[in-house]
Amino acid sequence: MPSNGPSLITFFVFAAITLVSAIGAMSLRNMVHCGLSLAMSFAGLAALYLQLNAEFVGFAQILVYVGAVAILIVFTILLTKNADVHLPRASRGWLSGLAIAFAVCAAIAVPILKSPSLNRLAPAAPSHSVQRIGEQLMTTYVLPLEAIALLLTAALLGGVVIAMRDDPVDKLKPKADLQPQRRRGAEAAMESTSQRLGG
Amino acid sequence: MTPLAYYIVFSALLFSVGLAGALTRRNAILVLIGIELMLNAANLNFIAFWRYNPNGTEMAGLMFVIFSIAIAAAEAAVGLAIIIAIYRHYRTTQVEAVERLKG
Repeated sequence: MPSNGPSLITFFVFAAITLVSAIGAMSLRNMVHCGLSLAMSFAGLAALYLQLNAEFVGFAQILVYVGAVAILIVFTILLTKNADVHLPRASRGWLSGLAIAFAVCAAIAVPILKSPSLNRLAPAAPSHSVQRIGEQLMTTYVLPLEAIALLLTAALLGGVVIAMRDDPVDKLKPKADLQPQRRRGAEAAMESTSQRLGG
Repeated sequence: MTPLAYYIVFSALLFSVGLAGALTRRNAILVLIGIELMLNAANLNFIAFWRYNPNGTEMAGLMFVIFSIAIAAAEAAVGLAIIIAIYRHYRTTQVEAVERLKG
Protein backbone atom coordinates (compact mmCIF):
# COMPACT_ATOMS: atom_id res chain seq x y z
CA MET A 1 0.00 0.00 0.00
CA PRO A 2 1.47 3.39 -0.93
CA SER A 3 2.21 5.73 1.90
CA ASN A 4 -0.18 8.45 0.71
CA GLY A 5 -3.34 6.55 1.39
CA PRO A 6 -5.62 3.80 0.14
CA SER A 7 -5.26 2.84 -3.50
CA LEU A 8 -7.95 3.93 -5.91
CA ILE A 9 -8.29 0.61 -7.75
CA THR A 10 -8.91 -1.50 -4.65
CA PHE A 11 -11.35 1.13 -3.41
CA PHE A 12 -13.40 0.88 -6.58
CA VAL A 13 -13.32 -2.92 -6.57
CA PHE A 14 -14.48 -3.22 -2.96
CA ALA A 15 -16.99 -0.39 -3.31
CA ALA A 16 -18.50 -2.03 -6.39
CA ILE A 17 -18.76 -5.41 -4.63
CA THR A 18 -20.37 -3.84 -1.58
CA LEU A 19 -22.80 -1.66 -3.50
CA VAL A 20 -23.91 -4.36 -5.94
CA SER A 21 -24.52 -6.89 -3.19
CA ALA A 22 -26.33 -4.25 -1.10
CA ILE A 23 -28.63 -3.54 -4.05
CA GLY A 24 -29.09 -7.29 -4.43
CA ALA A 25 -29.94 -7.64 -0.74
CA MET A 26 -32.65 -5.03 -1.15
CA SER A 27 -34.12 -6.13 -4.48
CA LEU A 28 -33.88 -9.92 -4.86
CA ARG A 29 -37.09 -11.90 -4.58
CA ASN A 30 -35.89 -14.97 -2.76
CA MET A 31 -35.22 -13.95 0.83
CA VAL A 32 -32.38 -16.41 1.40
CA HIS A 33 -30.58 -14.79 -1.51
CA CYS A 34 -31.19 -11.44 0.15
CA GLY A 35 -29.57 -12.66 3.38
CA LEU A 36 -26.53 -14.10 1.63
CA SER A 37 -26.16 -10.97 -0.48
CA LEU A 38 -26.21 -8.97 2.74
CA ALA A 39 -23.35 -11.10 4.10
CA MET A 40 -21.38 -10.37 0.93
CA SER A 41 -22.01 -6.66 1.37
CA PHE A 42 -20.77 -6.79 4.98
CA ALA A 43 -17.63 -8.61 3.84
CA GLY A 44 -16.97 -5.91 1.24
CA LEU A 45 -17.30 -3.26 3.93
CA ALA A 46 -14.85 -5.18 6.11
CA ALA A 47 -12.38 -5.10 3.21
CA LEU A 48 -12.85 -1.33 2.98
CA TYR A 49 -12.13 -1.00 6.72
CA LEU A 50 -8.95 -3.05 6.28
CA GLN A 51 -7.98 -0.81 3.39
CA LEU A 52 -8.42 2.20 5.67
CA ASN A 53 -5.92 0.76 8.20
CA ALA A 54 -8.66 -0.07 10.71
CA GLU A 55 -7.65 -3.71 11.13
CA PHE A 56 -9.38 -4.34 14.43
CA VAL A 57 -12.68 -2.91 13.24
CA GLY A 58 -12.39 -4.83 9.97
CA PHE A 59 -12.02 -8.15 11.72
CA ALA A 60 -14.71 -7.24 14.25
CA GLN A 61 -16.97 -6.48 11.28
CA ILE A 62 -16.31 -9.93 9.83
CA LEU A 63 -16.88 -11.64 13.17
CA VAL A 64 -19.97 -9.72 14.24
CA TYR A 65 -21.72 -8.94 10.97
CA VAL A 66 -20.78 -11.74 8.60
CA GLY A 67 -20.50 -14.31 11.35
CA ALA A 68 -23.40 -13.40 13.58
CA VAL A 69 -25.88 -10.84 12.22
CA ALA A 70 -26.13 -12.20 8.68
CA ILE A 71 -26.43 -15.78 9.92
CA LEU A 72 -29.05 -14.69 12.46
CA ILE A 73 -31.03 -13.06 9.66
CA VAL A 74 -30.81 -16.20 7.51
CA PHE A 75 -31.97 -18.27 10.50
CA THR A 76 -34.93 -15.96 10.99
CA ILE A 77 -35.83 -16.20 7.31
CA LEU A 78 -35.82 -19.99 7.59
CA LEU A 79 -37.70 -20.03 10.92
CA THR A 80 -40.47 -17.82 9.58
CA LYS A 81 -40.84 -20.05 6.51
CA ASN A 82 -39.96 -17.30 4.09
CA ALA A 83 -37.34 -19.36 2.26
CA ASP A 84 -39.34 -20.52 -0.74
CA VAL A 85 -41.68 -17.60 -1.02
CA HIS A 86 -41.18 -15.43 -4.06
CA LEU A 87 -42.19 -12.07 -2.77
CA PRO A 88 -43.85 -9.31 -4.63
CA ARG A 89 -41.00 -6.93 -5.14
CA ALA A 90 -42.25 -3.83 -3.38
CA SER A 91 -45.13 -2.24 -1.56
CA ARG A 92 -47.63 0.06 -3.15
CA GLY A 93 -45.69 3.24 -2.47
CA TRP A 94 -42.43 1.98 -3.96
CA LEU A 95 -42.08 4.88 -6.37
CA SER A 96 -42.28 7.49 -3.62
CA GLY A 97 -39.90 5.45 -1.45
CA LEU A 98 -37.38 5.32 -4.26
CA ALA A 99 -37.81 9.04 -4.91
CA ILE A 100 -37.20 9.84 -1.23
CA ALA A 101 -34.06 7.69 -1.19
CA PHE A 102 -32.78 9.35 -4.35
CA ALA A 103 -33.47 12.80 -2.94
CA VAL A 104 -31.61 11.93 0.28
CA CYS A 105 -28.66 10.61 -1.71
CA ALA A 106 -28.52 13.74 -3.86
CA ALA A 107 -28.88 16.00 -0.83
CA ILE A 108 -25.86 14.33 0.79
CA ALA A 109 -23.68 13.79 -2.27
CA VAL A 110 -23.94 17.20 -3.93
CA PRO A 111 -22.55 19.21 -0.98
CA ILE A 112 -19.83 16.58 -0.46
CA LEU A 113 -18.66 16.82 -4.05
CA LYS A 114 -18.74 20.63 -3.91
CA SER A 115 -16.80 20.90 -0.68
CA PRO A 116 -13.08 21.50 -1.26
CA SER A 117 -12.03 20.43 2.23
CA LEU A 118 -13.33 16.89 1.68
CA ASN A 119 -11.25 16.49 -1.44
CA ARG A 120 -8.06 15.92 0.52
CA LEU A 121 -5.84 12.87 0.42
CA ALA A 122 -5.00 10.68 3.37
CA PRO A 123 -2.13 11.56 5.70
CA ALA A 124 0.41 8.95 6.72
CA ALA A 125 -1.18 5.88 8.21
CA PRO A 126 -2.12 6.59 11.84
CA SER A 127 -0.19 4.62 14.38
CA HIS A 128 -2.44 2.50 16.49
CA SER A 129 -2.42 -1.02 17.76
CA VAL A 130 -4.91 -3.33 19.35
CA GLN A 131 -3.02 -2.75 22.58
CA ARG A 132 -3.77 0.97 22.37
CA ILE A 133 -7.43 0.26 21.63
CA GLY A 134 -7.56 -1.87 24.76
CA GLU A 135 -5.86 0.81 26.85
CA GLN A 136 -8.29 3.43 25.59
CA LEU A 137 -11.26 1.15 26.30
CA MET A 138 -10.08 0.72 29.88
CA THR A 139 -9.28 4.38 30.52
CA THR A 140 -11.03 7.04 28.43
CA TYR A 141 -13.95 4.92 27.27
CA VAL A 142 -14.53 2.81 30.36
CA LEU A 143 -17.98 4.29 31.05
CA PRO A 144 -19.33 3.57 27.53
CA LEU A 145 -17.82 0.10 27.81
CA GLU A 146 -19.77 -0.58 31.00
CA ALA A 147 -22.92 0.82 29.41
CA ILE A 148 -22.43 -1.49 26.42
CA ALA A 149 -21.99 -4.46 28.74
CA LEU A 150 -25.27 -3.59 30.43
CA LEU A 151 -26.98 -3.05 27.09
CA LEU A 152 -25.80 -6.39 25.71
CA THR A 153 -27.03 -8.20 28.81
CA ALA A 154 -30.40 -6.48 28.59
CA ALA A 155 -30.65 -7.21 24.86
CA LEU A 156 -29.75 -10.87 25.42
CA LEU A 157 -32.41 -11.27 28.10
CA GLY A 158 -34.94 -9.25 26.10
CA GLY A 159 -34.35 -11.29 22.96
CA VAL A 160 -34.84 -14.55 24.82
CA VAL A 161 -37.94 -13.32 26.65
CA ILE A 162 -39.58 -11.93 23.51
CA ALA A 163 -38.80 -14.86 21.24
CA MET A 164 -39.46 -17.64 23.76
CA ARG A 165 -42.83 -16.42 25.01
CA ASP A 166 -45.16 -19.40 24.82
CA ASP A 167 -48.43 -18.00 26.13
CA PRO A 168 -51.70 -19.05 24.52
CA VAL A 169 -51.79 -15.74 22.62
CA ASP A 170 -53.34 -17.30 19.54
CA LYS A 171 -56.81 -16.00 20.28
CA LEU A 172 -57.14 -14.07 17.04
CA LYS A 173 -56.00 -16.90 14.86
CA PRO A 174 -58.76 -18.79 13.08
CA LYS A 175 -57.11 -22.16 13.78
CA ALA A 176 -56.86 -21.50 17.52
CA ASP A 177 -59.36 -24.23 18.46
CA LEU A 178 -57.12 -26.89 16.93
CA GLN A 179 -54.41 -26.23 19.48
CA PRO A 180 -55.89 -27.94 22.61
CA GLN A 181 -56.98 -30.98 20.67
CA ARG A 182 -53.54 -31.48 19.27
CA ARG A 183 -52.04 -31.10 22.72
CA ARG A 184 -54.53 -33.57 24.17
CA GLY A 185 -53.70 -35.99 21.40
CA ALA A 186 -50.00 -35.67 22.15
CA GLU A 187 -50.60 -36.25 25.85
CA ALA A 188 -52.67 -39.34 25.12
CA ALA A 189 -49.93 -40.66 22.86
CA MET A 190 -47.35 -40.08 25.59
CA GLU A 191 -49.53 -41.84 28.16
CA SER A 192 -50.00 -44.85 25.95
CA THR A 193 -46.27 -44.94 25.30
CA SER A 194 -45.47 -44.84 29.01
CA GLN A 195 -48.06 -47.54 29.69
CA ARG A 196 -46.52 -49.70 27.06
CA LEU A 197 -43.07 -49.07 28.48
CA GLY A 198 -44.32 -49.72 32.03
CA GLY A 199 -46.17 -52.89 31.04
CA MET B 1 -4.59 8.31 -3.37
CA THR B 2 -8.33 7.97 -2.86
CA PRO B 3 -9.80 11.32 -1.78
CA LEU B 4 -11.94 11.38 1.33
CA ALA B 5 -14.94 12.53 -0.71
CA TYR B 6 -15.09 9.17 -2.54
CA TYR B 7 -15.61 7.29 0.68
CA ILE B 8 -18.32 9.66 1.84
CA VAL B 9 -20.15 9.59 -1.49
CA PHE B 10 -19.97 5.80 -1.45
CA SER B 11 -21.31 5.83 2.07
CA ALA B 12 -24.17 8.10 0.98
CA LEU B 13 -24.98 5.68 -1.86
CA LEU B 14 -24.99 2.73 0.54
CA PHE B 15 -27.21 4.67 2.94
CA SER B 16 -29.74 5.47 0.23
CA VAL B 17 -29.80 1.85 -0.96
CA GLY B 18 -30.67 0.84 2.60
CA LEU B 19 -33.21 3.63 2.89
CA ALA B 20 -34.88 2.70 -0.39
CA GLY B 21 -35.10 -0.92 0.73
CA ALA B 22 -36.45 -0.06 4.17
CA LEU B 23 -39.09 2.20 2.60
CA THR B 24 -40.23 -0.04 -0.25
CA ARG B 25 -39.97 -3.67 0.86
CA ARG B 26 -42.96 -5.18 2.63
CA ASN B 27 -41.27 -7.89 4.65
CA ALA B 28 -40.17 -6.95 8.16
CA ILE B 29 -36.92 -8.91 7.84
CA LEU B 30 -35.99 -6.98 4.71
CA VAL B 31 -36.80 -3.70 6.44
CA LEU B 32 -34.36 -4.75 9.18
CA ILE B 33 -31.74 -5.56 6.54
CA GLY B 34 -32.17 -2.05 5.15
CA ILE B 35 -31.64 -0.57 8.61
CA GLU B 36 -28.45 -2.63 9.03
CA LEU B 37 -27.16 -1.29 5.72
CA MET B 38 -27.81 2.30 6.80
CA LEU B 39 -25.99 1.69 10.09
CA ASN B 40 -23.01 0.26 8.24
CA ALA B 41 -22.88 3.27 5.93
CA ALA B 42 -22.61 5.50 9.00
CA ASN B 43 -19.81 3.30 10.38
CA LEU B 44 -17.87 3.67 7.15
CA ASN B 45 -18.10 7.45 7.54
CA PHE B 46 -16.58 7.25 11.02
CA ILE B 47 -13.71 5.09 9.83
CA ALA B 48 -13.03 7.29 6.79
CA PHE B 49 -12.94 10.51 8.81
CA TRP B 50 -10.72 8.82 11.42
CA ARG B 51 -8.26 7.69 8.75
CA TYR B 52 -8.11 11.09 7.04
CA ASN B 53 -7.64 12.96 10.29
CA PRO B 54 -4.24 14.72 10.32
CA ASN B 55 -3.87 14.10 14.07
CA GLY B 56 -2.60 10.51 13.97
CA THR B 57 -3.02 9.68 17.64
CA GLU B 58 -6.71 10.49 17.99
CA MET B 59 -8.86 7.35 18.18
CA ALA B 60 -12.39 8.57 18.81
CA GLY B 61 -13.69 7.51 15.38
CA LEU B 62 -12.41 3.99 15.81
CA MET B 63 -13.91 3.68 19.28
CA PHE B 64 -17.24 4.99 18.09
CA VAL B 65 -17.40 2.28 15.43
CA ILE B 66 -16.53 -0.45 17.94
CA PHE B 67 -19.39 0.64 20.20
CA SER B 68 -21.68 1.07 17.22
CA ILE B 69 -21.03 -2.51 16.09
CA ALA B 70 -21.90 -3.78 19.57
CA ILE B 71 -25.14 -1.78 19.57
CA ALA B 72 -26.00 -3.03 16.08
CA ALA B 73 -25.58 -6.62 17.23
CA ALA B 74 -27.95 -6.01 20.15
CA GLU B 75 -30.41 -4.26 17.84
CA ALA B 76 -30.39 -7.12 15.35
CA ALA B 77 -30.94 -9.71 18.08
CA VAL B 78 -33.90 -7.87 19.62
CA GLY B 79 -35.36 -6.94 16.23
CA LEU B 80 -35.28 -10.50 14.98
CA ALA B 81 -36.77 -11.73 18.26
CA ILE B 82 -39.65 -9.29 17.79
CA ILE B 83 -40.10 -10.49 14.20
CA ILE B 84 -40.26 -14.10 15.41
CA ALA B 85 -42.82 -13.14 18.07
CA ILE B 86 -44.89 -11.33 15.42
CA TYR B 87 -44.65 -14.34 13.13
CA ARG B 88 -45.84 -16.63 15.89
CA HIS B 89 -48.83 -14.39 16.47
CA TYR B 90 -49.87 -13.41 12.94
CA ARG B 91 -48.27 -16.23 10.91
CA THR B 92 -46.74 -13.63 8.59
CA THR B 93 -43.87 -11.16 8.54
CA GLN B 94 -45.48 -8.70 6.15
CA VAL B 95 -45.55 -5.26 7.72
CA GLU B 96 -49.04 -4.38 6.46
CA ALA B 97 -50.52 -7.37 8.28
CA VAL B 98 -49.47 -5.99 11.65
CA GLU B 99 -51.86 -3.12 12.05
CA ARG B 100 -53.52 -3.82 15.39
CA LEU B 101 -51.85 -2.86 18.64
CA LYS B 102 -54.29 -4.85 20.72
CA GLY B 103 -54.28 -8.46 19.84
